[in-house]
Amino acid sequence: MNIIVCLKQVPDTESQIKIGSDGVSIVTDDIKWVMNPYDEFGVEEALKLKEKFGGEVTVVGLGPKRVTESIRTALAMGADKGVLVTDDALEGSDALATAKAIAAAIKDLEYDVIFTGQRGVDDDQGLVGAAVAELLDIPQLSLITKVEVAEDGNTVKVERPIEGETLVIESSLPALITAQKGLNEPRYASLPGIMKAKKKPLEEKSLGDLGLDASEFGADARKLKILELTPPPAREAGKIVEGETPQEKAAELAKLLHEEAKVL
Amino acid sequence: MAQGVWTIAEQRDGAIRKITYEIVSEGRRLADALGQELTVVLLGSNIKDKAGELGQYGADKVLVCDDPKLDPYTTDAYASVISGLVKEGDPAILLLGASVEGKDLSGRLAAKLDVAMAQDCTVFAIEDGNLVATRPIYAGKAYAKVTFENSFPQMGTARPNVMSLVEPDASRSADIADADFSLDDGALKTKVVDVVKDESGKIDLTEADKIVSGGRGMKGPENYNILEELADLIGASVGASRSAVDAGWRPHSDQVGQTGKVVSPNLYVACGISGAIQHLAGMSTSKVIVAINKDEDAPIFQKADYGVVGDLFDVVPALTEEVKKYL
Repeated sequence: MNIIVCLKQVPDTESQIKIGSDGVSIVTDDIKWVMNPYDEFGVEEALKLKEKFGGEVTVVGLGPKRVTESIRTALAMGADKGVLVTDDALEGSDALATAKAIAAAIKDLEYDVIFTGQRGVDDDQGLVGAAVAELLDIPQLSLITKVEVAEDGNTVKVERPIEGETLVIESSLPALITAQKGLNEPRYASLPGIMKAKKKPLEEKSLGDLGLDASEFGADARKLKILELTPPPAREAGKIVEGETPQEKAAELAKLLHEEAKVL
Repeated sequence: MAQGVWTIAEQRDGAIRKITYEIVSEGRRLADALGQELTVVLLGSNIKDKAGELGQYGADKVLVCDDPKLDPYTTDAYASVISGLVKEGDPAILLLGASVEGKDLSGRLAAKLDVAMAQDCTVFAIEDGNLVATRPIYAGKAYAKVTFENSFPQMGTARPNVMSLVEPDASRSADIADADFSLDDGALKTKVVDVVKDESGKIDLTEADKIVSGGRGMKGPENYNILEELADLIGASVGASRSAVDAGWRPHSDQVGQTGKVVSPNLYVACGISGAIQHLAGMSTSKVIVAINKDEDAPIFQKADYGVVGDLFDVVPALTEEVKKYL
């Protein structure tokens, strides 16, 4: 069973986000870059499938050279090889263009299952997985918390929690699955794993290598144009509820929620 | 030239979901700003009798797609039918809800139509005849104002609980029409084989009007009953911080924050949650925030409309008693 995991590098979730002087990008100087947390679930699930069915796990990342580091992390966890789609012309591409480049990198590889995170915790679009599936003309199974591939490797049964219920969905393979939290607990890379990862193949591909036209990528080719980035609307610290005892404070709070905030 | 605003209705088991009314209300406002028509596409099986309700919320036209293969929802079937209708109808704007179904569908649909899409928006506006959307990014640590460049329909999804509802007007009615579509069995590669109802019967956090949430200060899973009692009384759902979920105290589906659910209730009560930046990111669009924490320097107080400095094990049960006066 051959499995592909798509990987994005994002600012660590503890990062403060500051807006740059151009007003349309963020300041990246102090950012600690990590593998998108939802992609970690994809890597883990891919490794579990490999342990059961054999085969190879290929990690496909896209972005500047620093993304190599996150691909190496996935290789250290146990993935077999990596592909980094990297090209200066990709900088600032929107989700659709990104998906086109990723799909182009995947289309000539062998795969039964493709994993992506359910969304990148930076742009929060949740679009690339679906678009890659569409471009490869395979089904997408998004926001998945359980994956069961049939013994014969031809079909998969997955669980998708929606509001108030969980759907059990069956699909033919190949299919693209987007990982939701709860799917698994990603393993840590072991020290021998980290040593081995250094020797695993990691190939770099430019847009030209993939037969793509650079003019269709990058900030200038965006169909979703960013007009401006702003900090979140300021939330002023409110009142500290007064009272001598917990009971008095609770009584005052209930009164405020009823009379002032009108939410009770 | 692309004309009109379209919204995709979401229904489950034949009942229209609240998010649908939210996007129909918003669609109405945008259609009025453009001076154009609002069309709602309603898909399902034996669903036509629900089309009238959509007229009362402002739809000029309801396109009904009635087929047993459209119930329950699958990405394959919906994306195939809707993309066909959109190509034919050529709307200027296409809106969906950012529910789980809407997020799943909108991505595939955008890719099929090869158009840009703005996910999980909190504001839509018309500027110079074009759609401008505002969407939180980095889970709300920044907001992006975006527009569409030679990409029609201009496509966006609306965050649940954010768009205000119009008052339904019983005297309004929509022109209801059966859509002309075909669904090729061979194209359907996925199938819903089972639906497991959530036993708690609680409203999902993303749609909840009120949320009572507990963090590390809860000290253990056994103490969440005090939050459950308060929540039951005021009709709230119970959430948790990442540290509570990572400790195994609460299920993943309860997590509020950047790697969990992003919520916008009318009331968010944070109990024993210090307010790590990734948690604040997930709940800062709540309308009223209450923080109960014994550490008066906890960052959560900077975001709270009402702060109570005190031991949650005293304050929460007392609050449960006090709110009874107002129910």
